[in-house]
Amino acid sequence: MGMIAIAIARIHNLFAVVMLTGIFSLLGAAAYVIMDAVDVAFTEAAVGAGISTVLMLATLALTTSEEKPSPKKNVVGALIVVTITGAVLIYGTLDMPHYGDPLAPVHQHVADRYIGQSGTEVGLPNVVTSVLASYRGYDTLGETYVIFTAAIGVLAILGRGRFPRRREEDIAEDDAQKTPDETARETGA
Amino acid sequence: MKQKIILRVISKFLIPYILLFALYVQWHGDFGPGGGFQAGVIFAAGFILYAIIFGVDTVRVVIPAVVTRLLLVFGVLLYSGVGVAGIILGGNYLDYNVLAHEPTHGQHYGILLVELGVGITVASAMITIFCTFAGRGPEDPEEEV
Repeated sequence: MGMIAIAIARIHNLFAVVMLTGIFSLLGAAAYVIMDAVDVAFTEAAVGAGISTVLMLATLALTTSEEKPSPKKNVVGALIVVTITGAVLIYGTLDMPHYGDPLAPVHQHVADRYIGQSGTEVGLPNVVTSVLASYRGYDTLGETYVIFTAAIGVLAILGRGRFPRRREEDIAEDDAQKTPDETARETGA
Repeated sequence: MKQKIILRVISKFLIPYILLFALYVQWHGDFGPGGGFQAGVIFAAGFILYAIIFGVDTVRVVIPAVVTRLLLVFGVLLYSGVGVAGIILGGNYLDYNVLAHEPTHGQHYGILLVELGVGITVASAMITIFCTFAGRGPEDPEEEV
């Protein structure tokens, strides 16, 4: 994954970059599977590797597929900042509990109840679904609103009415059918 | 990409199975990995594949813009409506226990409906976003992608 990240930063052909980000997401999904988080891996593979890649490609079709070369200045300063930030992040992970540690704080709070009681309280075999849809119903509702808002935002910015293409053709046809007199009247001559 | 016969045949062969798998993920989320989010994305992926191969206008014949927009709202309203139903039946917002005579049955119905709302919203949101992106632009997007 590190190699792919470096390649994404170095390559200027955006089409290859989009493909590599898709592969990066797929490797991330594989990492989640290794950590037994199958539901998360499923989402990562579907959204990260699938839909995001397609949306990026659609964006490339609208813009350009070649990155503009940026003027190289202050590379050393940026490298220092990145190195320090990375070191701080790694330092922050040092006192985190080990992976799968039963004494980790996250397992001391509500996880016991979810694993022990959800079978009788909710009655579903998949604990993840119980937590997602029942115990954490508000969170999931919020997530649904986020996706809804995203679609509304895209429609508000890029959408052009109910029938985008047809409307443009209609306008063109209307213009073609107008007599010169009408056009003159509309322009306020 | 309309002239690529292999892509056309294979995608036509695959799309029904993609949609079927999405429905499986949707309804089987209680027992295995999966749920509304993943199912919605997979369902949308079937339509997006169709749009890439046959063009956005063809997809808009299958599922018009009005339909996806209505479904987009319907999914959110279904989720919120389950919450309101909980209030009307004497519980808290999004309390599924009161939806049926037994609490676990109520939980089951509630989760099923809520996941369905999530799935419908996610699927129609993805189709809407893709078709809005790909339906405009300087070049013909289906040849570009």
